Amino acid sequence: MTRQTSRNEAPAGADVATYALGLGDDVLVLAQRLSEWTARAPQLEDDVALLNIALDLVGQARNLLSLAGGRENPGRTEDDLAFWRDETEFRNAQIMELDGGDFGRTIARQFLVSAWHVPLWDGLRASTDPDLAAIAGKAVKEARYHVGYARHWLVRLGDGTPESRRRAQAGLEDVWPYVGELFEPDPVTERLVTAGAAPDPAVIEPVWREAVEAVLAEATLAVPPTVRRPTGGRRGVHTSAFGPLLAQMQHLHRSHPGASW
Amino acid sequence: MITRAGALHALESVTDPELPVLTIADLGILRDVRIDGDAVVVTITPTYSGCPAMAEIRSDVVAALTRAGAAAVTVDTALAPAWTTDWMSQQARDKLRAYGISPPTAGPSGPVDIPLSAVLGSLGARGRAAVGCPQCGSPDTEELSRFGSTSCKSLWRCRSCREPFDLFKDH
Repeated sequence: MTRQTSRNEAPAGADVATYALGLGDDVLVLAQRLSEWTARAPQLEDDVALLNIALDLVGQARNLLSLAGGRENPGRTEDDLAFWRDETEFRNAQIMELDGGDFGRTIARQFLVSAWHVPLWDGLRASTDPDLAAIAGKAVKEARYHVGYARHWLVRLGDGTPESRRRAQAGLEDVWPYVGELFEPDPVTERLVTAGAAPDPAVIEPVWREAVEAVLAEATLAVPPTVRRPTGGRRGVHTSAFGPLLAQMQHLHRSHPGASW
Repeated sequence: MITRAGALHALESVTDPELPVLTIADLGILRDVRIDGDAVVVTITPTYSGCPAMAEIRSDVVAALTRAGAAAVTVDTALAPAWTTDWMSQQARDKLRAYGISPPTAGPSGPVDIPLSAVLGSLGARGRAAVGCPQCGSPDTEELSRFGSTSCKSLWRCRSCREPFDLFKDH
């Protein structure tokens, strides 16, 4: 049996596990980036807000990684997946791992990602896989608060002082080349779309683009030109920013296996 | 052996650790209680995906039912249907207000069919009633921050009595 054949005949459960792993890694890695703002945000309210968003994302990651690990044989726990995989085994899109930079870049990335999460989770609520649908049903409500927060700040920065505007535009341009990966077709997603288990990225993209263009106009920011970088996060290819992030996220767990408090 | 009514009574002592005036039944976290032989099987649902109180609530449920004489307790977690503030009883809303937290204001959230508003219009578009100050009752209030001390609250200020207060977020 060739590799290609075995992949085509893989049960839907394996596809769901792969899909959930990618989406779970997205939110886990983004939560880790957001948590870097702990005690360092421009004001206390935003410290609290960014950490609340990170907490929602960690919760979503726990649900998605538990689902992914539970569909594997032999299974793995959420902790196995979060703490005992190395860089090339992570399946998050690269936009999630990029250095948060200044507040302008953090907000630009958060807006672009949350504006993708809302239609993604909304579509996934109708998944023929009941576990994916249940996780999405909770996540969509949370993502609506996230996109509202990021939109508010993007408009305030973009339509603010020359300095806040410069930083918002620069942050937007830093992360923009990485958005294409969110809509990239891949065989697993295509099979799940055919099975009614996942929303079609080609349907989500115009919804996302319309929302993004409307908010950038509101923020008086320019839509950056489309520059697509080499991607590969869903295949385990990551940027140089990712290794240090993982080291910080994993070292405590690996130094003290099984520890609890 | 414990009856279902006995189990429900025992669970009235289990409150949300962040909101000690509300029981898990008040909040809509408690979804089902059934008796299976000698065991009590309880189903709870998280408010938010990342709610850090779930582990404590789970152990409080086991402790309360064990004290009430249950031989075995199983606590299941269900994600669907997704928790909503629409499940909070009027009594729960009154208790929240008396505790100093303004209760959620919006009606049920339905699907939004316009693509743009499906992404962006989801917060302001729910027909929110005025947020009343839980201290003085004035409707002249403003949002300070959409995220507050816990996942389920946002931070507001009353322009009449000048007091800050928490609003239980619509969800």
